[in-house]
Amino acid sequence: MDLILVNLIDGLVTGLLLFMLSAGLTLIFSMMGVLNFAHASFYMLGAYFAYQISLALGFWMGLLIAPIVVGVLGAGVERYGLRRVHQYGHVPELIFTFGLALLIEEMVQFIWGKNQMAYSVPEVLNFTAFAISGNSIPAYKIFMIFISVAIFIGLLYILTKTRVGMIIQAALSYPRTVEALGHNVPLIFMGVFGVGTALAGLAGVIAGPVLGTFPGMAFVLGSIVFVTIVIGGLGSLWGALVASLLIGWITTFAKSYNIEMEDVLNAIGISTPENLSDSVFRDFWSLTSPQIADILPYILMVLILIFRPAGLFGKRQS
Amino acid sequence: MQGFGQGLAFKKIASKRRAVLGRIKMKNITKLGAVSALSLVLGASAAFAENIKIAFIDPLSGPFASTGTNGLHQFEFAADYMVNAKGGLLGGDQMEIVAFDNKISPKESLIQLQVAIDQGIRYIAQGNSSGVANALTEAVDKHNKRNPDSRVLFLNYAAVDPALTNEKCNFWHFRFDANADIKMDALTDVIAQDEGIKKVYLIGQDYSFGKAVAAAANKMLGEKRPDIEIVGDELHPIGKVKDFTPYARKIVSSGADAVITGNWGADMLGLGKSVIENGFTGPIYTYYAAGSGITGAFGESGKGRIRLISQGGINPIATDEARATYEAFEAKYPEGNIDQSRIFNVIGMLAEAITEAGTATDVVAVASKLEGMEYDSMWGGKIFMRPQDHQAIQDMHVGVHTNEGLDFDYDNSGFGVLTESTVEMASMDSPTTCEMKRP
Repeated sequence: MDLILVNLIDGLVTGLLLFMLSAGLTLIFSMMGVLNFAHASFYMLGAYFAYQISLALGFWMGLLIAPIVVGVLGAGVERYGLRRVHQYGHVPELIFTFGLALLIEEMVQFIWGKNQMAYSVPEVLNFTAFAISGNSIPAYKIFMIFISVAIFIGLLYILTKTRVGMIIQAALSYPRTVEALGHNVPLIFMGVFGVGTALAGLAGVIAGPVLGTFPGMAFVLGSIVFVTIVIGGLGSLWGALVASLLIGWITTFAKSYNIEMEDVLNAIGISTPENLSDSVFRDFWSLTSPQIADILPYILMVLILIFRPAGLFGKRQS
Repeated sequence: MQGFGQGLAFKKIASKRRAVLGRIKMKNITKLGAVSALSLVLGASAAFAENIKIAFIDPLSGPFASTGTNGLHQFEFAADYMVNAKGGLLGGDQMEIVAFDNKISPKESLIQLQVAIDQGIRYIAQGNSSGVANALTEAVDKHNKRNPDSRVLFLNYAAVDPALTNEKCNFWHFRFDANADIKMDALTDVIAQDEGIKKVYLIGQDYSFGKAVAAAANKMLGEKRPDIEIVGDELHPIGKVKDFTPYARKIVSSGADAVITGNWGADMLGLGKSVIENGFTGPIYTYYAAGSGITGAFGESGKGRIRLISQGGINPIATDEARATYEAFEAKYPEGNIDQSRIFNVIGMLAEAITEAGTATDVVAVASKLEGMEYDSMWGGKIFMRPQDHQAIQDMHVGVHTNEGLDFDYDNSGFGVLTESTVEMASMDSPTTCEMKRP
């Protein structure tokens, strides 16, 4: 019972982190139709910039400055890169972002090398907030939860309650009309791209000390972000949140409990074959949930695509 | 208005033409580039025809790039410092390390092996991932059977799956690192002496090496300390886990007194950090929790907690020669570590075998000299290449992650690994199922 509570908290942290990445990506995708392959690379840049800044000015300045630098970089990429490529259609855009992801990884390795960086949790937050039957919850995790929830509320407020948000939402569905009404749609695009990448950067800043800051960190997280926005529904902030939390909890619980395939199959009425060690399905029968935890989100994505192609909260049917 | 339109049309055509012209020019340039690059390669290979080349096939990109790159630096440095700077071999032949990126994939490694063989390289060095080593040793064996004129030797400096020197052994494969069983034997000797340890949790990467570590730990703990309970025996996907928190929770709630893991690279750091952060208070016994930024990233949090089994010889530094070597290495790679001192043994032993054999191209002669060689390592002790299975037997050390009493730290972090206990010539008489077929 205690462990369930602990796992709920862990899953929440994982989910909220994923949300910060997918929120920006889903906005960018629905607005420009660009699958930004480099999104996770901006997450990595966030971590590295924050590490570099923290060496000179401490963790908190890194937390403040690094996302802004990443956001400006992102806006620059949109203004001088994507916008030019945009006129040639989606395939060149895809290739552009893909190339950018590779370029950023190489640049990071060139500047910082291939080693793990010693980017760590600040002293102020380096203590155990509370413990549930021996399982300590680090204060830093609570801090991560607060930051991400604040970001979510802020985003939701801006998108639904302010004038800027309304223009963005309008530009999502009817960019031509919004342009005709006198709004600078390219500027909105640039802004959304910048904010989206800044969010990814912020995710990197706060995830770097826990998940490790190394050149492979973008690669490890890259594909799962796309899965999240597909499950949540493209362009939906709520969808991104729900999908992120769902994935966070599913993978955490699957890893924490050793549920065996044999038990599951027996429970639904399929009995274990007698000569299991000779059976062709031997590997299938001996599967455990931690082994397949990381592919569960992908299975979920396939199911969503079959039964609800627009995603959980998606509106557009295109 | 009309004129303006015409002008626009003309501009369009002109720009199109420029684009076409540009493309033609580009083609020529690439062609020219290719030709000059080719001639450069030809020129280079002619000039260095006498080099003794070693193909280094390991990950130089992706999640394990740091481990591979640091290994490469140590190989290059060892070849330059121990061989080339001292006048080379066989009257002046230089040793050269040629790097191939295998992206830690067995399939990619076989392609790179073929490329290396096609370039006339006779020595293959690989270490990261036993999955790759298993594929390579099989391919090398087949190649050598079919092509007696271009045989190659496989110098395995870090892949420790016991099968490589047991059922899968062959004459061409030499392992300079202690295998997983030998390491576990030494590690469990140390654990067995600690009466406080009653429950042990095993966790590793889900592939041949991770499984070998778990099997060895189960067997040896059962023999040496039947009272120790294995409270967890778990494998996780290699290089794919983002967050180790759920695993750490299981470890803590199992009530384990100690953790044993064979993890390496980002998987080692992720697991170790997570386990410590989430409230585990016992020691973590590891194979590879040092260097490549891992020591620096653990820093204070891992002090006195992380123990690791290795051939050591760094803290305290074994000999004056080793000290001079390490200082020279630091001068060349200020950011680097000698975290795989066995690489220097590989180069040293190969150089000695080539000198004794009097040839670098007849690998059968070189292999025959390597077999049964007793080599005085600068990192302390002797290295004995067991002829029956080509497994190097050497002193094993269990060290602790600390910042006190160090000769050399890792990652310029002030932290390093200090030897706590030593097993001399570990597993000298361990059995092997190898039936070596000699050519």
